[in-house]
Amino acid sequence: MTLLAQATAAGQPSCYSRLTNEWFCTQYLHDYRSEIVDATTQHLGITVAAVLLGVVIAFPLSLLARRLPRLESSILGVSTGIYTIPSLALFPLLVPFTGLTATTVVIGLALYALTVLVRSMLEGLRSVPDDVRESATGLGYGAGRLLFRVELPLALPVIMAGLRVATVSTVALTTVGSLVAYGGLGNLIKDGVTTDFRAELFTASVLCVVLAVVLDALIVVLQWVLTPWTRGAQA
Amino acid sequence: MNVFADTWTYLTDPGNWQGEGGMLQLLVQQLLISVTALAAAMVIGLPVALWLGHLGRGGFLAINISNIGRAVPTFALLAILVTADHPGVRTFGPYGRAGVATLIALTLFALPPLITNAYVAVREVPADVRQAADGMGMTGLQKFTRVELPLALPLVMSGVRLALVQVWATATIAALVAGPGLGRVITDGFYRSDYPKGIAGAIVVALVALVLELFAATVQRAVDPTPGASSRGRRHPKSVGRRRVAEAAEPVGS
Repeated sequence: MTLLAQATAAGQPSCYSRLTNEWFCTQYLHDYRSEIVDATTQHLGITVAAVLLGVVIAFPLSLLARRLPRLESSILGVSTGIYTIPSLALFPLLVPFTGLTATTVVIGLALYALTVLVRSMLEGLRSVPDDVRESATGLGYGAGRLLFRVELPLALPVIMAGLRVATVSTVALTTVGSLVAYGGLGNLIKDGVTTDFRAELFTASVLCVVLAVVLDALIVVLQWVLTPWTRGAQA
Repeated sequence: MNVFADTWTYLTDPGNWQGEGGMLQLLVQQLLISVTALAAAMVIGLPVALWLGHLGRGGFLAINISNIGRAVPTFALLAILVTADHPGVRTFGPYGRAGVATLIALTLFALPPLITNAYVAVREVPADVRQAADGMGMTGLQKFTRVELPLALPLVMSGVRLALVQVWATATIAALVAGPGLGRVITDGFYRSDYPKGIAGAIVVALVALVLELFAATVQRAVDPTPGASSRGRRHPKSVGRRRVAEAAEPVGS
């Protein structure tokens, strides 16, 4: 049963039928609602998982790089090297280890996010003025308390800027995951290209950008919420 | 672990490299289209961005164009450009079936890192150096060509480097939607469950990406007018904090 058949059965060609094949079509949004919602949910899930995994790996790595300057250049070098590899090539390289699963995509994207996150964390921690650090030590702050109560809050703006970059580019990169069939909205885009289905292709593309903008705004709000609190606590 | 052996077999079989549709031909096509797109983007983007940096205007646009570029999935834009009624022909001389649409898309994706880095590079020339140039009686144009350009060159080059990596990555994805290029080997392998082939293609694409990056880094070092200063800067990132952020914040995006 083709779309054409459906449309003629209804008496009036829908705007996504083979004959018209319009780029934007509200009928499509209505008819394929569950498919679109599923793809968006998968997209969101993969993106969030990848960024969180990236943060979890990047944090200890940046602390390690800060502690051991000799390791710093190799950590940055390796992560930049990974960043250089096109995503369409990185996912296949992971497949022998993780198979055709969402894990492959999440790990690949986390590796990309890692590069940006490690750099911004190092940069953020470095932006903490030395005299602030000395004052805290003078007040009797141990290494752990110094890190979590003084350095991290002060580094937050730079780290959050990195997080925004990582999140927005991860949303865009998730689409490439369609290679292993876990691309969220990318699956719809791929299907749209192969079947020349413009409404599907265009809707998924727009949703990708919307998702990136929404997540970016959420992080800005999060930072807005976090920063006054840290200022209050440190003042 | 059998996959690795099969991948190796695929890579070492000369039959897979030679002839029409062989990996060598695809590699040359992809390199050609990447370099052309990068050159086009440099011709379009660099003069405008450098001059805007000199004037100190349009900074909002120059910086935000990268943020916008990051949010638009390369895959989606390529897909739309290819599916749309074609701007230009599908087959384009030595570029193979990639066509003009792909060339346009690649050029578009090379622009943001070029523009942002070139603009920031000129803006970051220290104010006292600028004032010294003014004090020596240099005209605006002299100041631009003799002071700002040479000092901006390393950061401009790092923009070119990012753009090159970006274009190569995008060209790989272009093959996914628009015809030959090494991305084709990857997607063919995956869609036909011939995983060794897909992984072999991925290895070649990744290796070429690393080689391009190393090549660009070497060129960047060669054109640096103050090699001592910038390598010291790289080792003591505190002094060039903003520069590193600008570099780190760039997307590869695909």
